[in-house]
Amino acid sequence: MSMATTAPTRRPRVNLAVIAPIVALIVLILIGMALNPNFLSYANITNVLARSAFIGIIAIGMTFVITAGGLDLSVGSMAAFVAGLMILVMNMLTESMGGGLPVILIGIALALFTGLAAGFVNGILITRAGIEAFILTLGTMGIYRSLVTWLADGGTLSLGYEMRELYRPVYYDGILGISWPIIVFAVLAILGEIVMRHTAFGRHCAAIGSNEKVARYSSVAVLRVRLMTYVLLGTLVGIAVVMYVPRLGSASATTGLLWELEAIAAVIIGGTLLKGGFGRVWGTVVGVLILSLIGNLLNLTDFVSPYLNGAIQGVVIILAVVLQRNTGAAR
Amino acid sequence: MTDPILALTGVTKSFGPIEILHGVDFALHPGEVHALIGENGAGKSTTMKILAGYLDPTGGQVTWQGKPMSFSGSEQAEDLGIIMIHQEFNLAEHLSVDQNVFLGRELRRGFLLDHKAMRAQTADLLGQLQCRVDPATPVNRISVPDKQMVEIAKALSRKARVLIMDEPTAVLTERETEVLFAQIERLRAEGVAILYTSHKLGEVKRIADRVTVLRDGTMVRSDLTADVSEDDMAAAMVGRELSDLFPPKPAHGAEPILEAQGITVPGVVHDASLTLHRGEVLGIGGLVGSGRTELAEAIAGLRPRSGTVRLKGQDLPANHVATAMRAGLVYLTEDRKGAGLLLDKTLRENLTLGQLDRFGSPLIDRKREEAALDSAIADFAIRAPERGMAVGDLSGGNQQKLLLAKTLLSDPQVVIIDEPTRGIDIGTKQQIYALIARLAAEGRSIIVISSEMPELIGLASRVVVMHAGRIVGELADAAVTEGNIVRLAMGLDGHEKDSAA
Repeated sequence: MSMATTAPTRRPRVNLAVIAPIVALIVLILIGMALNPNFLSYANITNVLARSAFIGIIAIGMTFVITAGGLDLSVGSMAAFVAGLMILVMNMLTESMGGGLPVILIGIALALFTGLAAGFVNGILITRAGIEAFILTLGTMGIYRSLVTWLADGGTLSLGYEMRELYRPVYYDGILGISWPIIVFAVLAILGEIVMRHTAFGRHCAAIGSNEKVARYSSVAVLRVRLMTYVLLGTLVGIAVVMYVPRLGSASATTGLLWELEAIAAVIIGGTLLKGGFGRVWGTVVGVLILSLIGNLLNLTDFVSPYLNGAIQGVVIILAVVLQRNTGAAR
Repeated sequence: MTDPILALTGVTKSFGPIEILHGVDFALHPGEVHALIGENGAGKSTTMKILAGYLDPTGGQVTWQGKPMSFSGSEQAEDLGIIMIHQEFNLAEHLSVDQNVFLGRELRRGFLLDHKAMRAQTADLLGQLQCRVDPATPVNRISVPDKQMVEIAKALSRKARVLIMDEPTAVLTERETEVLFAQIERLRAEGVAILYTSHKLGEVKRIADRVTVLRDGTMVRSDLTADVSEDDMAAAMVGRELSDLFPPKPAHGAEPILEAQGITVPGVVHDASLTLHRGEVLGIGGLVGSGRTELAEAIAGLRPRSGTVRLKGQDLPANHVATAMRAGLVYLTEDRKGAGLLLDKTLRENLTLGQLDRFGSPLIDRKREEAALDSAIADFAIRAPERGMAVGDLSGGNQQKLLLAKTLLSDPQVVIIDEPTRGIDIGTKQQIYALIARLAAEGRSIIVISSEMPELIGLASRVVVMHAGRIVGELADAAVTEGNIVRLAMGLDGHEKDSAA
């Protein structure tokens, strides 16, 4: 019936850009196993995963933003601001309401809402006021960082002791020995992958990033989809903060520092195109794991100084982008 | 007569399997203005680009001062003094006028740029062109006619021996055109060979010494301008026989389906109205840039506009393409690669992009998508070597068929097709013509926008013609002839008399 079925079909060759992140991850794990027997221990693995969950959750949202041709530099500061605000309000409520579960629930709701609202502000200014995403989020990055410093009065905002004890399990407990941040990260990653690959929203993101004009001519609501990517990212920042606050119970001017760059790096290492048009959430997850494993490996071995962590991560990022360029659009 | 300075002998040019220039002989003589005219797609641009070293001929010979020549590129041609002024401006928008004029050939004093000298010389050149632009102004702040003048100044500043001008007056006012003509006459007197193209036949008659007509990549005639009238030129440009390339036109009903009233898009379309009936194929003719595309995009909700569009009695809002599509009106863009298809995506992703909500919610049903692609491949005879290939690797004809399939996926009542067959081979053209006739026979209403006169005449039973943003005339049935359309499109007839007439 169709020409496609009668025409000789070439076997799809293994695309280097598709498998490169997985290969890199496997190589890292093998190196880790060779260098330190404790590397694959339950404690170490859960530790790495739980620590990478915050960046990971944010990077899932970043995947959508970048796929749709956007960028958000403000997420690290946004996380710090949301965390600071959450702690401040929870402390105030503890004084007036006397603490307990309702305070935690209000705090969580506040964090989610503030993240969503912050993402909405970014998105609305980028889509309606037509401000370049890079510039706008550079601006909001400074604003949120400054706001959290101001809220903390230059110091550290700490959750009250009683509340901290009550809230602690959200980071440290879990089910079947897997802590909540890992579970949430995994669930969100699976959901994100499904949304990216199997829903109209994901398809529209890729179409807009690939060629905005084609998307518009195809009656895709370009501005609304763009806006939604930033709202989604903001909400995920809120979720990451909900997981992060019980870990240390505090927020300061240095909370979430450089998270935006780590998230963007993870997205790019995972094979999503920086210029947009193609993105994959599972790649981002692999990217996050690669970045945290490098740090973990350097800590576990005395082979290379852990101070060189940044340098090695930098090399990996550059390699990832070079691979992308050599193999063209990955799929 | 003097010997030609630059000549083509039996030049052919193919892009892929399609030959678009068939053995063109063409010669430019010093001190002569030679006009090259023809319809869009006749091969003028290709001929000019071969002369200016931008393209290599596939066959035949380029001769420079009597010797065979093979340019390594446009730089070598420019070094010899062959300067081409492009229709699309070749200016760095953020640089100032003088920086543009001397781009790549900056004057220096020692290691440093000699801004003063460049500015003075630019001012001098612009003075000759009676253009009152300050050389220090960035190019993105000056008007379109001024940009054209800057391009001309740039060409003048090089010691041109051959000057190739691709429709230089398209964006100029009458007064500016006069200034340009004075410069052309001055250059001619200095012995420069000038190649000039224009759709304005009155200008050709006035300024050119010799006129050559191209049609479908073949040179049809070349005469001294004094020996041919404007009507002769138009006849030579279009005079081709209509074969049975086109299916018979189906009869259409009298029931109006689409009514557009007083459509205005600021700066490009002025107060255009048209009515489309059930089962009708309506043509829109006119030159590129006459506002045809903008009118269609305004009707389809892709541009801000004033005026009303009514589809089967329902008012369609401006600038809201999704509503128009849902109501049953779709627009197939002329810009296949820029606005029609995602070149890095697969056939399936392109086909369903505008209609994803019909393929399942919240999750897209991949099987239904594949089934839709199966029927599109069968219905539109799309030939794709691989199902999963990127659309950018398909041939132009197959891309166009896929774009048609994508546009028609919503089962629209009204289809506006802009340049249905641009850049595709004759076989695919015929398939697309048959498809258009079939759509009309099914009771759908079609608007075909085309620069190819035979296409309009072969497909449409009624043609409206646009000139300079206005609808200047409507032709029906027997009056739909190439001569009539060309005369209207050139502004020779109609409500708006052009001074060239």
